[in-house]
Amino acid sequence: MNGATAFLRRIAPQLVTLTVLLLLVALVFPGFFEISIANGRLYGSPIDILNRGAPVALLAIGMTLVIATKGIDLSVGAVMAICGAVAAAAIDQGLGLVPALALALGVGLACGLWNGLLVAMLGIQPIVATLMLMVAGRGIAQLITEGTILTFTHEGLIFIGAGAFLAIPMPVLIWIATGLLVAFIVRRTALGMLIEAIGVNPRASTLAGINTRVLLIAVYMTSGLCAALAGVIAAADIKGADANNAGLWLELDAILAVVIGGTSLLGGRFSIIASLIGAMIIQTVNTGILLSGFPPEFNLIIKAAIILVILVLQSPAVRTAFVFLRREKPSAQAKAETVAQ
Amino acid sequence: MNARTLPLLATVAIFLIAYAVCYAQFPAMLSTRVIGNLLTDNAFLGIAAVGMTFVILSGGIDLSIGSVIAFSGVFIAVLLRDTGLHPLPVFAMLLVVTTLFGAAMGATIHWLEMPPFIVTLAGMFLARGMAYVLSIDSVPITHEFYDTLQGLYYLMPGKGRLTFIGGLMLLVFLAGILLAHRTRFGTNVYALGGGAQTARLMGVPVGRTTVQIYALSGFLAGLSGIVFSIYTSAGYSLATVGVELDAIAAVVIGGTLLTGGSGFVAGTLIGVMIMGLIQTYIIFDGTLSSWWTKIVIGILLFGFIVLQKALVWLTGRNGRALGAAR
Amino acid sequence: MSESQPRLRATAVTKTFPGTVALDRVDFTLQAGEVHALLGENGAGKSTLIKCLTGAYRRDSGDIVLDGSVIDPRDTLEAQGHGIGTVYQEVNLLPNLTVAENLFLGHQPTRFGMISGRAMKARARAVLAQYALDIDAGRNLEVYSVAVQQVVAIARAVMLSGKVLILDEPTASLDAHEVRMLFDVVRSLKERGLGIVFISHFLDQVYEISDRITVLRNGQLVGSEATADLDRVRLVNMMLGRELEQETRESGRTDRPEGAPAIRFRDFGRTGRIAPFDLDIHKGEVVGVAGLLGSGRTETAEVLFGVAPHDSGRAEADGKALTLHSPRSAVANGFGFCPEDRKSDGIIGDLSVRENIVLALQARRGWTRPLPAREQAAMAEDFIRRLDIRTPDAEKPVGQLSGGNQQKVLLARWLATNPRFLILDEPTRGIDVGAHAEIIRLIEDLCAEGMSLLVISSELDELVAYSHRVIVVRDRRHVAELVGAEITTDNMVTAIASDERETAA
Repeated sequence: MNGATAFLRRIAPQLVTLTVLLLLVALVFPGFFEISIANGRLYGSPIDILNRGAPVALLAIGMTLVIATKGIDLSVGAVMAICGAVAAAAIDQGLGLVPALALALGVGLACGLWNGLLVAMLGIQPIVATLMLMVAGRGIAQLITEGTILTFTHEGLIFIGAGAFLAIPMPVLIWIATGLLVAFIVRRTALGMLIEAIGVNPRASTLAGINTRVLLIAVYMTSGLCAALAGVIAAADIKGADANNAGLWLELDAILAVVIGGTSLLGGRFSIIASLIGAMIIQTVNTGILLSGFPPEFNLIIKAAIILVILVLQSPAVRTAFVFLRREKPSAQAKAETVAQ
Repeated sequence: MNARTLPLLATVAIFLIAYAVCYAQFPAMLSTRVIGNLLTDNAFLGIAAVGMTFVILSGGIDLSIGSVIAFSGVFIAVLLRDTGLHPLPVFAMLLVVTTLFGAAMGATIHWLEMPPFIVTLAGMFLARGMAYVLSIDSVPITHEFYDTLQGLYYLMPGKGRLTFIGGLMLLVFLAGILLAHRTRFGTNVYALGGGAQTARLMGVPVGRTTVQIYALSGFLAGLSGIVFSIYTSAGYSLATVGVELDAIAAVVIGGTLLTGGSGFVAGTLIGVMIMGLIQTYIIFDGTLSSWWTKIVIGILLFGFIVLQKALVWLTGRNGRALGAAR
Repeated sequence: MSESQPRLRATAVTKTFPGTVALDRVDFTLQAGEVHALLGENGAGKSTLIKCLTGAYRRDSGDIVLDGSVIDPRDTLEAQGHGIGTVYQEVNLLPNLTVAENLFLGHQPTRFGMISGRAMKARARAVLAQYALDIDAGRNLEVYSVAVQQVVAIARAVMLSGKVLILDEPTASLDAHEVRMLFDVVRSLKERGLGIVFISHFLDQVYEISDRITVLRNGQLVGSEATADLDRVRLVNMMLGRELEQETRESGRTDRPEGAPAIRFRDFGRTGRIAPFDLDIHKGEVVGVAGLLGSGRTETAEVLFGVAPHDSGRAEADGKALTLHSPRSAVANGFGFCPEDRKSDGIIGDLSVRENIVLALQARRGWTRPLPAREQAAMAEDFIRRLDIRTPDAEKPVGQLSGGNQQKVLLARWLATNPRFLILDEPTRGIDVGAHAEIIRLIEDLCAEGMSLLVISSELDELVAYSHRVIVVRDRRHVAELVGAEITTDNMVTAIASDERETAA
């Protein structure tokens, strides 16, 4: 089988879902696809979706890798808040843009290192290990901002959130570039396969000579780095670091994006691109509900419904039922096989 | 002494030391007035945390409780506003709804074999969404029955007030302790947390118990919602965001193993009190900022999780020797 | 004791799993007041038979008669209700509950719906007194030794069932004193008229406690005899058997490579797993390891490969010291290891045949130096052809292949790294006859190409067929080494069966 077709087949469900959603929104809100250029920047609802979805998309990149190792990272929302605060504080202290960014990203990596050490060296369950930073992280962020919304006026930093390059908003460029870069790295090196091996069978992976611990730590550090990027963008977007609300509950959206992207919470096969489409699906639902005049209250209910549908489709019990059907009726084989994939 | 009681003793010790430190600095903190407030202010959290204790003891997690509390408040407020019903039947209806909601999540977890984390995440979105659908705005509750409930208190020596909701929380804890340690259901919960497979082999009805556990958590989240509506005299769909995290923290700081099977309901009460004490201290101090609460709770969480890990490792050496012999 | 009506009689029990017949018309008879040992290697069908008796598996056919009436348990609880209780090696109790709770879980004495802790403890004390166990029933089970936990498990099983007690390797992790204590309990239960099934791989214990021995092999009944009439050598012969096809040779290969050994292990061992041993391996040599389950044969492999790193001794190759403190370092030194439990330790089920094959090589190269896709595909195709791996294509998830083909994929994974030393733990277990012969031929080919191999097997004929040298392991110690013409099944059986005192003398 050709690699390209295999890839398309893998992301087809997500692509179809996204397309259908976009068409649905366009049906209710006819002007949806209109895009215009003003002040050297693209405007329009599709651009808005890409732009607003940047934080979740960035988080989803790291989260995909973490979940592929059978882990989970609950701390990314809090790490966003910390790193946004660090960037703002550094700029306000008079550091230049590059040192401030380096500092923020470095703190993100450090947060990831902390999580990774707890998981890989102490053997603490990922959900438990990352919960600590989830709880304490927002306090740390507030410690940095001293409880206020730490505003800044540095043009360079603001540009990251609100600027545009070649008419494309910076956040969009950043998440697409990061996503492609990470996807490229894991697929062009052996990382992707090794990560999947760890997620499916950690013991057998270790016996095959894979350095499981180091890889686990690296994966959590990647997640921390992505959260740092998202945090800087979120802060730059509002020209200030809001320790209370930056990234609030985004870890859940990121996990949801990964799950919509078809990566199993039980680890193993993953696709970063599919997760990114998943993030866009979530943002389309958010924006679509807003645009089409539905009360925004329905947003969460629709999300819950999406999770339920995915739950049922991914459920081991339901899969077993399919396998059972396949044994009973050979005619159902083809159908069951597509589902099993 | 059982190694399993060590975290509980650590919790009690931390609470006593913390209180002693507070007292040394602000002698006013050792008064029934402060204690009364501690109980009242944390009543809704405590009640919800009892449910969370059972869930965590069984090896699960329930992310939905904050949303369910908010939903409960809005449900009550809207019903009282739009119908002529007395609060009591409204309470009854609400508790039926939230209990069924929890039971449905438990059933999904058991029969679809899905992780509790993701199932209750869907529940969290759903309950919050339903609250939004009922009303986005804060709906005030004005009913004389509420005034009566709010006015109910027992005057402790030293002029501290044990309010109705504070007392209710203590009652819930008492009931929770009995349920955990004196009923077959309670033993079954611990059994599930010790190992679902073994529990099944020993004859524990795993499916029924799972449904009961999440139903209990739903019921207590509903009750906590009632208490919260009495506490605030309003129902607001944006309220109590993140209470599930506070409840989880209280349970873990209370000495319960986050992976299940070990812990005490009474420990959770102390966990809630420790968290309340930190907040009270910060208020008394006046210069410290509220974010220290989160940081201190995070540090405590870390300490307890590492302590638990060490204990599991120590007691697990038997098991490892066993594994090595295979 | 009535010989006419046995306590339990199972006739022609058959159980098949997709691809294999786990039990083939096996008969089993247990008298009241009898300790009946059930013996056999891994995969012989012991646990399948037990699971059919206790309802954990549904048998395909066959009858089970308990005290004269036909029973058909659908799960373990139902079997318990009929009177059949089981105690497993990994104590199936809950360590986080108290001793009393473990004894009475699901049957706690209650008053007005409340459990009376005091009444329960008192009853627990009374029950445990029958087993001469004086412990605080209010404390968590985990604080007590495995032996005590075993007795508690037995007490629960007897209390809830009371006719038949199945002990599945109960002594595996007990010391000598604890075994004696457990056997006292077993004897007293025997006097009370229970029928006891005893599964163990410690022959000394089997001879000490059992009245009758039944041996299974490859899912079939080999024989059932009174313990007093069955000597050790014949028993080991029954267990390990000799029925490999035509090409069996009489003794091992004598064309042992000469010269300096390629890899030298001195005083190599790990406390609690395998006593320190010396081992020299030549280029192009096959060293067989013979021993019963639990003898230390798998432990030998795990210590060599760094799974359980050695804590004594050293290893060297070509005059240079080797570090072998993790599988990773072992792989770096050109070692390879196909573990016994393919499913949990070997294959990565969801990944494709290709990925499973390149995994170890890729891990050794490091993530920054990926094997090009074309090279991977070529490598996979090459091994699929060379080892005759039956798969529609290289992209099929390996978990969906048959056992024999999974084993070949694992072999391919290590062959791809071109190892100088390959350790195979039971490479032919649970695979069909055709694949079996192919793997043996492969071992011979690899050796001819100059690779050094260490092969662990419970098929003695197989060891004779390809080994230049055989190490016999018993009681976690290397007890004998047979070279060339000395390698015969008889010699191996004798070395395995001889008990401690004889060899020490």
